[in-house]
Parts: sequence; C-alpha cells; structure tokens
Amino acid sequence: MLGYYAALALRSFRGGKALTLLIVTLMGLGVATCMVAYAVFRVSAGDPLPGRSGSLFVPQIDNFGPTRTVGGEPPTQLSYTDAMALWRARDGRRLSLVYPLTMVNEPADGVSLPASLEGDAVTRDFFAMFDAPFRYGHAWSESDDVGRASAVVIGDRLNRRLFGGKDSTGQTLQLDGHVFRIVGVIADWNPRPRFYDVATIGQPFVRRGDIFVPFSRAVDLAKRSPYGYCSSTTADTRVPDFNAWLHSECDWIGAWVELRGATDIERYRQYLTAYSATQQQVGRFGWPPNVRLSSLPQWLASLKIVPKATTLSLIVAVSFLGIAIVNVMGLMLARFMRRSAEIGIRRALGASRRAIYAQFGVEAAAIGAAGAMLGVVLTWLGVAGSRFVFEPDIAAWARMDPGLLVTTTAVAVGATLCAALYPTWRAAQVQPAWQIKTDG
Amino acid sequence: MAKRAWRQIRPILRALTRHRTAALLIVLQVALTLAVVSNAMFVVGTRLVHLSRPTGTDEKNLFVVVNQWAPDLDADAIGARMRGDVATLRRVPGVADAFASEAYPLEGGYGVLAEVKREAGQTTKPRLGIMYFGDEHAIDTLGVHLVEGRNFRPEEVIDLPPGSDAAASVVIITRSLAHKLFDGEAALGRTVWLSDGPARIVGILETLQGPYAGSTTRSIDEDTILYPARSMSPTMGTVYLVRSQPGALTSVRKAAVDALWAESRKRIIDPESGVVTLVQAREHGYATDRSVALMMCLVSVLLLLATGAGIIGLSSFWVGQRRRHIGVRRALGATASDVSTYFQLENFLLVGAGVVGGSVLAYAANISLLHLYELAIMPWYILPLAASALWVLGQAAVFAPARRAARIAPVAAIRNL
Repeated sequence: MLGYYAALALRSFRGGKALTLLIVTLMGLGVATCMVAYAVFRVSAGDPLPGRSGSLFVPQIDNFGPTRTVGGEPPTQLSYTDAMALWRARDGRRLSLVYPLTMVNEPADGVSLPASLEGDAVTRDFFAMFDAPFRYGHAWSESDDVGRASAVVIGDRLNRRLFGGKDSTGQTLQLDGHVFRIVGVIADWNPRPRFYDVATIGQPFVRRGDIFVPFSRAVDLAKRSPYGYCSSTTADTRVPDFNAWLHSECDWIGAWVELRGATDIERYRQYLTAYSATQQQVGRFGWPPNVRLSSLPQWLASLKIVPKATTLSLIVAVSFLGIAIVNVMGLMLARFMRRSAEIGIRRALGASRRAIYAQFGVEAAAIGAAGAMLGVVLTWLGVAGSRFVFEPDIAAWARMDPGLLVTTTAVAVGATLCAALYPTWRAAQVQPAWQIKTDG
Repeated sequence: MAKRAWRQIRPILRALTRHRTAALLIVLQVALTLAVVSNAMFVVGTRLVHLSRPTGTDEKNLFVVVNQWAPDLDADAIGARMRGDVATLRRVPGVADAFASEAYPLEGGYGVLAEVKREAGQTTKPRLGIMYFGDEHAIDTLGVHLVEGRNFRPEEVIDLPPGSDAAASVVIITRSLAHKLFDGEAALGRTVWLSDGPARIVGILETLQGPYAGSTTRSIDEDTILYPARSMSPTMGTVYLVRSQPGALTSVRKAAVDALWAESRKRIIDPESGVVTLVQAREHGYATDRSVALMMCLVSVLLLLATGAGIIGLSSFWVGQRRRHIGVRRALGATASDVSTYFQLENFLLVGAGVVGGSVLAYAANISLLHLYELAIMPWYILPLAASALWVLGQAAVFAPARRAARIAPVAAIRNL
C-alpha cells in the first residue's frame, strides 16, 4: 500500500513541480542556515575534554578583598603564594599550575632568524590531566618538577618546523639563551576552547602550545606571565624585582585540580576555606574566606567565552528555520488542499481516513526527505564556507562530523514533521460528499 | 478606480475568514520576517557605523613592525637599540617618519590603560584614557592633527625601564578626552595627574583612536594620551610605527625590515605577523563586526526571498482554487483589472496585518536582545522602512498570480476543473 502512495506522491510532484521545488528548497535552506550557525556555536560552546571535564576543577581564592573584587567574585587567577600553598597541599591529587609565557629560540646555526615561541609553564600532571597525547616521549618526571629541570615538551607544529616531524626527544632546544632538553612531543592537540590558560590571556580559539616547560624552571628563570592582575592599580603594577613580584598580591597563575566524587570535591572545598581562614588569622587577608571551586564546564560558563556575535547568529538562524517552517506549512497546505477533489473521490470510493493520512504522510515524508538531503548538502557547503560569515577564528574549527550529520538529519525530520502535521490532518478531514457536490 | 478598489475590501475580508489558516500563516510569516529583518538590519547598521570609524591617522600609508627583543638584552641596551632603530627607519628611502611605541591603532589590545585625575588627591572616580608612548615624531608619523598647543620637545621624552617610576612632565591628549576631563573648558596648559605624577597638557589632538578599537571598548576609544616615553621592556618588546611616502608603502615595508635586521639581529620579527599595515589591522580588528553584518544581511535576503516565494506559492494556490469564483465575477461584469486588484489588495491587507503584529514582535526581540548583545533601542524609522520593504515585496510577489487570475475567462464559471 505504501508503495502505491509513494507512486501517487511521485505523480503529484510531477504535477506541481515548481511548488515541490520551492518547498524542498525552503526546507533545505532553513535547516542548513540553522545548522551552520549551530556548527559554529558548537565550537565555541563545546566541551574541550568530553568525558573528563566533570572531574577537573579550578580553585579560586580571594586575595584582593571586597574593595577590589568585581561583584564579590574572587580573581580568576592565583597569586604565587596561594598557588604554592595549593601545590604543597595537593595530597596525592593531580594538580597543575599553569601560566602562559613566550620564550625566544635563537637557532644555533647563526643563519636562521630567532623566533619567539608561545606556550605555557606547567607542572607535570598537566599532560595526564588534560589528555595531551604524546607522539614521541612523555611528560617530564616528578623529580624534574622538584629539581627545576631544563626539560621541555614541544608541540607537533614546532617539531615539524624544527625537526621535520621526526622524533626529537633527547635533542636540545635553546630557549631564552638556555639549553632545554626535549623530553616529549605532543601529537596534534588543540582543545577548543583552549581552556587551560584562557582566563589569563583570552583568545580561546587561537592555537598556542609550541612549548611547555616546567613551572618551577620558568619561575627560576624569572619568566613573567604577559598578564598579571594586581590587588591595587598603583602599588603593584610595576613591581620591578621578580622576587618582589612573587611575593606580591598579583594574580597570574591558573590552578587545576582533579577531584573524583562528591566527597573529594567537598573535602577540597573545605580545604580552600580552611586555608583562606588561616590567611585571615595570620593577617594576610582582612576578610573572611571567599573561595570558589568550579568544574571545567562551570568555569568556561563563568568566563563567558562564547562570543555574543555567535549567540546572536544562532538566534537569527533558528528564527530563520522557524519562518521557513511556517512558510512550508502554508505551501503544503496549498498543495494538499488543491487536491481536495481527488481526496473526496478517494474517500467516496471507500478509502478510509487512515488511508488518506498514510497517503499524505508518505508524500510529506518524501518532501521532507528531499528537504533534509538538500539541508545536509547545504550544511556541508555552509560549514566549509562559514569563516566568511562567522567569526573566522571560531568558524575555522567548525566541521561536518557524524554528530552534526545526525543532528542535521534529526532537525530536518523534526522540521518537516512540524510543517506537515497540520496540512496532512486537514487533508484527512476533507468530506467526500461536499467535494463531489461542489467540484464534481 | 480607487473607489472601485476599496469596495472590494469587504468581500476580501469575508473570503479570508473562509481561509483562516492559510491567511494566518501568511500573516505570521510576514510578522516573523519583519521582526527578524528589522533587528538584523539594525545590527548591520550599528556594526557598519562601528567598523567604519576613522582612527584619525594616515592609515593607508602607515605600517608597524612588531619587534621583540633577544632575551639577553637589558633595559639600557634596549633603549640604545630603540634610538638606533628609529634613526635607521627614518633614513630608509621612502619612509616619511617613524617612532617607537608599545601599541598601535586598531591593534585590538595591549595599550596602557591610564587613570587620569584632575587633582592629586582626587577621590572621585578618575577618567580612563589609553596611552601611546611616543616621541616628537609621533604626531607626524601618525598623521594626526594637532589642533591646539605644541608638539613634544626631544628633551621631554623620558626613558622607562621596567619598574621605573619616572614620569613625563607633559602629555598631549585628544579633544575627546580633554572634553570629558574638563567638561568643555579649555584644557591646554592644565595639569592632570597620572599614576606617576603630574603632567601638563601641552597639546590637543583632533582625533586619535586608541589601540583597543576593534575589540570591546567603545566609550574610551577616542580618549587617547600621547605620552613622551620610551618603554624599554625586555618582555613586552617594541612596536615601530612607520609612515611611508604616499604610495610607497609596499616597497618600503620590506626595506624597513631589512634595515632593522642589518642594524642588529638581537631581535625577533615574526616572518608572518611581524609587519602589519594599518589597512590589514583594520581588516583584522573588525573581522567580527564584518562577519556579523554579512551574516545578518545574508539571512535577511534569504528570509525576504523565502517570504516572497511563499506568497507566490500561496497566492497561486488561491487563484487556482477560485477559478470558478473568478469566472462568475467576470461573467457578472467585473473587469480583468478588478480581479487583479482584488488579489493585490488582499495581499496588501495580509501584509498589513503582519506588519502590525511584526512591529510588536520586533520591539520585543529588540528589548530581549538589549542585555544579551550591546544593542541600543531600535530607532523608530527602521520599522516603517522594513514594513515598506515587505509591502513592496508582497505586491511584487502577488503580481504574477494576480495577472494570471485576471486572465481567467468568464467561461471558467461554467467549465469543470
């Protein structure tokens, strides 16, 4: 029976070619616009570490006090004093201290020009906590962290540039005039958003990560983070001496801790409060503990890294799909009602109302399928060209993947269903007698 | 003629009540389209105004060299290098002038934010300004207009090693900042307090946009301070602003970098991002604004096309459905033009209903977007503009179906389908 309905649908498409084409195009365009905007939105609002993000937490400790904090929220970074306290109290947990830096590589050959390399000073657990995949070698050892070793983990891109992509572990790299030993090469790793140092330097969709050096070694070399946030604008911004900078109330270090299970989270929260209370007792803080512990998703949400333009584009695109659905609904209604006479005759000849539902359901589904297919194709094209109409930094990462394909198809089917339900119902309501009387 | 047309309104309305759903769908579609298109056009308008703001500088002849220092140079060595470098740059054939700073217009960040007080002990919230470091060549290099006062003198330019609390004794500020600081009173010769101490305002610039323009700041983009200093920072590096002779930019760019490399190799100039023309900086700085505007335009055009196509589709259906009815009317004496007027008028009324509903929706959307996106309240003229566009679109879309209706012969009344 369904085959017969499909044949009927095909015949009716041939009958109203222009109208069919219009409906399919509208559906395809609506779905594609919506999905391209969603593909871009997904990049910026995505989870950089699916599956892991729930166990990664960012502690915040207020060392500014109520007069300098914004809205009572503790600063997003830690001072060196507090970061070191957390480091000492990690108690078997994985903990990573992170701050961004830039180091200069002067090639030994004396011919190539010196280059500045962007990266981060991190502690060893960074790589395991954030699932950084190693192409060659491995992270530096615990004793390298303690011993302030001149070890470096380099990124895939830098490895290709300097060593032609070969295993470079064991080789050395000149950084800021010091010799660093390459212990590992990270494979193509580019979490988006680049969450681990975004609170310090922003630019969540720009790729960094040429070099990672031990935190302790970077401090040893008096490397400063390019940005520091200080408790007062006048006193601390020009802290001249690095040692004084370390002991200042300037915040420049990001901390990440891995916590598993509610008890551990609660225990860590209590620890932060207790630590802050101690700082109040010794007179460093003149205010009661003001601490936060946010999971990675909460952290990204609080930083508001999804650009407003991206959200706005998504809203507009979804509205476009909504309007396309209304449009298609009207056109389908026209299509179906034009055939009132046909329906009337079929009903009069004994077709049940269910049969009419099935017939027009099949027709709507066929149109929907065509629209969905067009939608998927247009989405594909749109995603490829999205950097021209969306923020280039973000759109560059928008991809058509199986997930998006499934979502696109689901949206297309859902949209067709929305648009087709009412017209199909109306078609099934056609009274046989009335039709025969007026038109027959 | 017009009277004949108006007489059709009652039958149109009566007919529409018999096609309630289809009519409602058109009205809904027009309303939603109006709401989205008017807001989108408003966003496009604000973005275009934002991204076409002038910097006040001679943009087409300006470029910058972003220079980092080799790690073994100390502040004194950097200071010496900077003097040598600007002297070298000014000697390059085709270079009009050059100076060293820490930021450049349209860079999108990195400028020094300064609190500016009118008195030493001011307790009220100080004004904010954004600084460019520079010397007596800054004004000429940037190509900005000094409207009052004088340029810096060479001896007024101070050395600023990191951590130094040295303070310049004079500053040049923009008219916009002067106006905000002194509420329109004369600012020239007055003293302001920056964090490092008092400085006398010796010159007023017509306009000079700060380096943040293109990113998020808006209210202080024109509140700029030229500060006579050489920032000798080993970590932050130096930005050389260079103005070429008119038209010589392309050739001078490379010559300037080569001259710097010949002068010393104790530096890093990124082969890809180390040289930026202000034209490129503008393109990059406003990339987001441009893409938002483009996206909104694209969606608006698609939307109008879709709505137009939808109207054509539905009107054709109606015409087809009413063949007999049209035939009867023709047989009873209605002219062809009566019939086409009927459909044009019907469309006019439907779009009108959509416009009324859409205006409410448009403002509702506008208000809910206010907090989400930095939007102002939509100016009143946007709605009538968008509404007229929709009316024109509707009339154009219904034109062909209406013509077809007008061609239906009276005999259709008695012929079977």
